[in-house]
Amino acid sequence: MRVILVDDEGELVSALAERLSFRGIEADWATNAQDAVQLVIDNENKYDLAVLDVKMPVISGLNLKKNLQEIAPSMKYIFVTGHGSGEDFKAASTETGADYYLMKPVRIEVLVEKIREMVSGEKEKKF
Amino acid sequence: MSFKLNIIGETGLQFFGKMSASNFHEINNVLAIINENAGLLEDFGLMIKDGSPVEPERLLAVSEKIIKQVQRANTIVKTINRFSHSVDKSVKRIDLGETLAFMAELSARIAERRGVTLKPELPATQVKITTNPFFLENLVWLCLDFAMNVTGVGKTVRLAVRQTENGALVKFTRLEAFAELQDDTFPAEQENALLGSLGAKLTADPDGGEIIITLPESIAEAA
Repeated sequence: MRVILVDDEGELVSALAERLSFRGIEADWATNAQDAVQLVIDNENKYDLAVLDVKMPVISGLNLKKNLQEIAPSMKYIFVTGHGSGEDFKAASTETGADYYLMKPVRIEVLVEKIREMVSGEKEKKF
Repeated sequence: MSFKLNIIGETGLQFFGKMSASNFHEINNVLAIINENAGLLEDFGLMIKDGSPVEPERLLAVSEKIIKQVQRANTIVKTINRFSHSVDKSVKRIDLGETLAFMAELSARIAERRGVTLKPELPATQVKITTNPFFLENLVWLCLDFAMNVTGVGKTVRLAVRQTENGALVKFTRLEAFAELQDDTFPAEQENALLGSLGAKLTADPDGGEIIITLPESIAEAA
């Protein structure tokens, strides 16, 4: 199971990637859309799922999803937002048909469970 | 007159809301980083408890990140706090260069999201005027908001302050795409209402790619 994490806060995604790897989920990360697209191209569609921050500088998570869908059509998506109202996610659902969203700060157990469920239907295995 | 006050009240609330939301969003990001790194420390702790070795350097690196983020949060809280106190006094003696630097800091997250760099150039000596701090901040924000849309490929807005004979001026430069703008909607009603309340004037030079706000030395004298 391999995922890509994209958030402009590098210290967030690097820690999150390490925590996911401890739980058996291989995770790469990028801090901008351009690097994320390159990672997906370089890894020849090996990612099962992308966790995208909705609000990022220059290219938003929503627009990034549109780009990634062309490269990796079968990849699933989880959006992460810092906005309490969930308005970003409503926009994401309308514009791109987002699969799922989580509010920041994210609880690792919830994220792991959701990734497993979406990728293989498997329920969370305890760490 | 009451119509003019309504415009100022409405734009002021919008400004206050936008700045608050942007900076609280930034704090939420900081909390998320602290959350992940604290969680990573917890993971390391569990690994050590299970007998898996973890290098002390890894623990130190993560704790340093947490300390750095706490300092970042502290800076944001101070910025929001200072902004909240902008409305304390309707007339105040202020350092214009410092106010401009503060506005660049307050707007930093929004600018970053738009891929724009704000570069305040502070004068060597203080430029002081007596004015309404909140109205001035609101006017600077509206100009910044507009300036960020017309920076062109340079994606940099320079902000400068200069003393004049009767007060001071604020310049927004490097607005490379200003001349290409088709519509003539700036300054709009809200900018004009704030300019009137501050006794200020706005000069827009699309071909030169700049906006200049001329402010009186004292708002009382302007009235």
